[in-house]
Amino acid sequence: MKRIVPLWITAIVGLVLIVSNFLPGTRSWGEEATTWFGIIAAVAFVLGGGSLLKVHLKKISDRNTGWGYSMIVLGTFTATLAVGLFKIGVSPNPSFPDVPWSGDVQGQGTPFWWVYEYVFKPLTATMFAMLAFYIASAAFRAFRAKNFEAMLLLGTAFIILLGRTFAGYFMTSWIPIDGPFSGLRLEELSVYIMQVFNTAGNRAIIIGIALGIAGTSLKILMGLDRSYLGGGD
Amino acid sequence: MNLIDRMANLDRRWIFLMMGLAVGIPIIVIGITGKTLPEEPTPLAQAAFDVLNDLDPGSRILMAWDFDPASEGELGPMATSFIRQCAQKGHRMYFIALWPVGAQMIRSSTSRVIGGYYPDLVYGKDWVDLGFKAGNEAVIKTIVTDFDQYFPTDARGTSVDAIPMMEGISSLADFDALVNASAGYPGSKEWVLYAATPLKKPLVIGCTGVQAPQMYPYVPNQVQGLLGAIKGAAEYESIVNKWVRSEQLLDALESGGITEPASSELAARFAANPTEASTWTTEAAAAAMSPEAKTKLIEIASAPIPGIFLEAQRRMGPQLVAHLLMIGLIIAGNIVFFATRRRGGSQ
Repeated sequence: MKRIVPLWITAIVGLVLIVSNFLPGTRSWGEEATTWFGIIAAVAFVLGGGSLLKVHLKKISDRNTGWGYSMIVLGTFTATLAVGLFKIGVSPNPSFPDVPWSGDVQGQGTPFWWVYEYVFKPLTATMFAMLAFYIASAAFRAFRAKNFEAMLLLGTAFIILLGRTFAGYFMTSWIPIDGPFSGLRLEELSVYIMQVFNTAGNRAIIIGIALGIAGTSLKILMGLDRSYLGGGD
Repeated sequence: MNLIDRMANLDRRWIFLMMGLAVGIPIIVIGITGKTLPEEPTPLAQAAFDVLNDLDPGSRILMAWDFDPASEGELGPMATSFIRQCAQKGHRMYFIALWPVGAQMIRSSTSRVIGGYYPDLVYGKDWVDLGFKAGNEAVIKTIVTDFDQYFPTDARGTSVDAIPMMEGISSLADFDALVNASAGYPGSKEWVLYAATPLKKPLVIGCTGVQAPQMYPYVPNQVQGLLGAIKGAAEYESIVNKWVRSEQLLDALESGGITEPASSELAARFAANPTEASTWTTEAAAAAMSPEAKTKLIEIASAPIPGIFLEAQRRMGPQLVAHLLMIGLIIAGNIVFFATRRRGGSQ
């Protein structure tokens, strides 16, 4: 029963969504199913929080390697949750001064805003910015012209890297923009590569992925692929 | 140990230092001098501008901010320019987010642009913040036919029935164009597949450099304007800046008594070359203008563009030096590779 019910739910909802795309009379069924998805997605946030607690509490109780980091995760998670959920430090809405929880939790100056502005924002921005350092290191150590294909890739990379900056314009600005060779200007070449070679390759990949998704979806709807239920079945 | 051996064993911290300097020095130089590199807009950036510019003032534009602080460096300037163009044009802006922190991105960009430069715009009449909704593409699929189901209130908890500009909005079909700033999933691709394509709505996308190659296949039939990474942002920003200046100059010329088509031609000329404005005011053609109107015209033409509207163009400086460093590192790495291989090394 534990496996049969989810299989039927998946099959029925999946078929409803497919049918509603083709038969106008069944469109409202598809909309209803999509609404359920919205509710489940909202509940998934609660499940996600529960799962986070479970994993990290276990790590702390087992004293696994890096359990100290789990303490930090749990501490920041519960603190942020409490600040947001209980609207700590939020002034009431001026329209409803007698209702203590009527204020805007994300408004400027609230503790929740402070956590976002001075903790979350700098941390995520820093993490992303660090990519620049690692990619520079990779450029020196990994991008090798070992064969013809690698040389093509590097040549393309040089054109794009230069064409996406003022350097590209500066280096090839001597080629007349309205002349027959204007396509050889680096900024034009980089656009051409993106719009022609990249588009051709990406369209093929997109069509391949779409066919793969259609096949996998059919297997899931028919109950042939049950991996999403877990348990290695 | 010769140079090749030294380079082969180069400590990665030297490379980190070089990248730090390549990014840091241009930021400091641009910050001190205020100079930016010139931008030549590509057709895609121009198309993004044209989609919003060709709509009548008062058109309804759905602005979906699907990004977070990690990609704000690339997408923040695009969001700023999108809002600026719509605000200047007089479009009505409806902000939503499919990313949890997209709500903060909306607040940040609207408070900087609308709060700072368009204070006359009225919340609920000219723009509305509908906030974040969980559900990824399911949100898009639902609001394609039933907008209220996911957005019964705005981000401040006000019922949409009490918001004047929400009148007549029952689905995505009621919007005139869609604008999306996206850093991944859910984002541009979902807006193309589930909203713009079935509804045949104009869609303008601003996305990260990583996403841009995946979005090019949808141009121009499903995506009408595409801004890729900070380069796309800089091109679009320069178009919007020039257009806003031109609009302000046009107002000044017409209020000074210069009529169409001369006023449009002059506004475009002065926007492209601000120094021409002061020269022109001394000519006979400007005799119809009062001294006050002339002074105002020169002031508008020579007024510096606020820093907030130059962010993308400023960031092209560090990008230029960082890209040159990357090319240098790739070449140096290959020299080391081939020299070592020639000697029978293992690298």
